[in-house]
Amino acid sequence: MSAQQLDARRLLCPMPVIRAQDKVKQLKSGDTLEIICTDPGALNDIPAWCRINGHKVLLTEQIGGEVRIVIEVQ
Amino acid sequence: MKNPPKAVALISGGLDSMLAAKVVMDQGVHVEGINFFTGFCVEGHTHAIRKHESAKPKRNNALWVAEQLGIKLHIVDVIEPYKQVLLNPTHGYGSNMNPCLDCKSFMVGKALEWTQANGFDFILTGEVIGQRPMSQRADTMPVIQRESGAGDRLLRPLCGKYLPPTLPEREGWIDRDKLLDFTGRSRKPQIALAAKYGFKDYATPAGGCCFLTDETYSRKLVDLWQARGSREYELDDIMLLKVGRHIRPRPHFKLIVGREEGENNFLEGYRKQFVHLQHVSHMGPLVLIDGDPDANDLQLAAEIAARFGQGRDAPLVELEAIDKNGDKHLLRVKPMGAEQIMQEWYV
Ligand code: SF4
Repeated sequence: MSAQQLDARRLLCPMPVIRAQDKVKQLKSGDTLEIICTDPGALNDIPAWCRINGHKVLLTEQIGGEVRIVIEVQ
Repeated sequence: MKNPPKAVALISGGLDSMLAAKVVMDQGVHVEGINFFTGFCVEGHTHAIRKHESAKPKRNNALWVAEQLGIKLHIVDVIEPYKQVLLNPTHGYGSNMNPCLDCKSFMVGKALEWTQANGFDFILTGEVIGQRPMSQRADTMPVIQRESGAGDRLLRPLCGKYLPPTLPEREGWIDRDKLLDFTGRSRKPQIALAAKYGFKDYATPAGGCCFLTDETYSRKLVDLWQARGSREYELDDIMLLKVGRHIRPRPHFKLIVGREEGENNFLEGYRKQFVHLQHVSHMGPLVLIDGDPDANDLQLAAEIAARFGQGRDAPLVELEAIDKNGDKHLLRVKPMGAEQIMQEWYV
C-alpha cells in the first residue's frame, strides 16, 4: 500500500479532478492519495468524483488558501 | 447471463445529455459518462473565480449529472488537441468564436477512441435536431457521424425516431420504439421528461456549453490573437480572459484589472508571469499588464489603474510597478478621470 501526493495548486476545476483521476488510475486498491489544491471548487468536485467512482474520502480540510483532500483508492 | 451492451454518453452537464443517458440506461445498457475539458468550458472554475457567484453551491454539473444517474464519469483533458479544432475549423464558426460542428465531431471522435480502448459498444449524445443553429440540424447529424468516424455507432436517443437506425438498434441492444422524437428549440419535451424521471435542480446553461459562444469572451480572444500577431494560446491565456476588466490603451499592452476579491485572488496567482501594478498609498486592485510596456506605458497604465482604486479622487496616487524579476519601482500618478478612459480601450 502506498501513500502518494498530488500537487494541484493553482489549477482550476476541473483540472484538479482530472489530475486526481489520472493519478488514481496508476494506484492500487488501499493506496491513498493526498491532493493539495488552491481552487476551493475541488472541495466539492473531488468528493463528488470519489462518490461516483466508489473511492473513499478520508479527509477534507481548508487551511488558509489551500485545500487538502485525502482519498483512499477502492 | 450475457453481459449487457456498453455505451459511453457524452455528458456536458446539461439536461439533454442527462436525459439521453437515462433513456438508454432504462433499456438495460451499461452506461458510463465522458466529459471533455477544452479549457473553454463554462463548468466549475468561473464560480470559484468570481466571489459574488459563490453564493450558489459550487458544483461541476457533469459530475453532478453522473451522480444523479449513478454512473461513472471520465473527464478528459483535451486542451492541446482542441487547439486545432478552434484554430482551423472546417465548418467555420457560429455566431461567435464557437466552432460547434467541428467541436461535436471532435468530441464524438474522441469518445469513439475511448470506446475502442475500453471495450464499449457505442456512443450516445443528447443532440436534438434543430436545437442549435450550427451543430444540431438535420443536415449536420450525418456530418458528425462521418467526420468523427463513429458512423452508426452514434446514437441520439432524444431524436432517434427521426434518424436512420443505428448499430445498437440493429443489434437489438436498443428498442427503436423507445427512442424519442424531440425536435426544434422548444425545451418543453425535455422539461416534461425530466419531471417524469424526477430530475430537479439540473443546470440550464444559456447559449452553449462553452465560453466561445459568448460575445464578450470571443472579442477578448480575437483581441489577444491580434495583439500577439499569433493565434497560439496556452491554458493560462484563455483562463485569464474569463477574469477581470481588460483594457487595451495601446496596441502592444493591456491591463487586466480584478473586479472583486475573488478575481484579485485569482490574479494573484499570476504575479510572477506578468509585469504588474500594486497600489501603495491607497487600497486598489492588483493589475496585471499583458505585453511589453516601456516606462511611458507603465505611467499610463498606472494612471488607469489608479482610477480603479480608492484613491481615484485623490490628487496623487502611489503604485508600485513590479517586473517579472520582482524588481519594483514606485510610480506617482494622477488618477485618470473616468471620461479619459476611452470606451474603445475596453476589450
Ligand atoms: S458550445 Fe462550445 S463546447 Fe459546445 S459544441 Fe459549441 S464549441 Fe463545442
